[in-house]
Amino acid sequence: MIETPENTSNKPKKLSLIAFSGDFDKLTAVFTLATGAAAVGYEVNIFFTFWGLDAIKQKKGRSFIGSNWLTKIFGFMMGGISVTPSSRFNFCGIGPKIFRYLMRKNNVATLEELVEAAVALNVNIYACEMAMHILGLQKSDFIHEVKDVLGVSTFLDISEGGQTLFI
Amino acid sequence: MSHILDITKEHCPMTFVKTKLELAKLKEGEILEVLLSEGEPLNNVPKSAIEQGFEVLSIEHVEGTTHKVTIKK
Repeated sequence: MIETPENTSNKPKKLSLIAFSGDFDKLTAVFTLATGAAAVGYEVNIFFTFWGLDAIKQKKGRSFIGSNWLTKIFGFMMGGISVTPSSRFNFCGIGPKIFRYLMRKNNVATLEELVEAAVALNVNIYACEMAMHILGLQKSDFIHEVKDVLGVSTFLDISEGGQTLFI
Repeated sequence: MSHILDITKEHCPMTFVKTKLELAKLKEGEILEVLLSEGEPLNNVPKSAIEQGFEVLSIEHVEGTTHKVTIKK
């Protein structure tokens, strides 16, 4: 049997990510970190807030989801994970399509594949109560894997004792 | 029973993700042979398997940059 010095450490590892951005590239970073960490034994929590909520909507394209006409227009403009813009080189939505092509061509997991992997690895997915309220979103608008709707205080409790990143 | 997983063509984080999901399928005493490349996968797949309570029985050079890591539950 091969052993490493780390074998002796029983300290639980935890990574908590605040997914604020709804940009394709930044969400790719969120899910790359989340799946990589979960795969090597970390407890992983992702707290989706504001634009980041687009990543966990059930409707992956554009749809008028919201509680009134204004939030419905916002919901349509923001869209879901399939229409997330890239932070640079977006070119009216063509940029992310090119990135997806390059990822597939180079055998790198696409954003959608990373989300599937995060679900398979039991990454804890949380939605921000305040941002949902502003945008007129309900828990039922999100994928079933959303574990809970939280506020800052609960997220701080959950993330305590681990590393936290804001993306 | 022995399982085989080839992650030589995968990149981070899917190297770890596919190994983790395959390890999760193992029953007590079963073995997983992972074919992987040098660098990040070779440095970290055996290490993370050990950290998660598995036994790494051997690490063998296969050919070129490919190595075989044998992991037991």
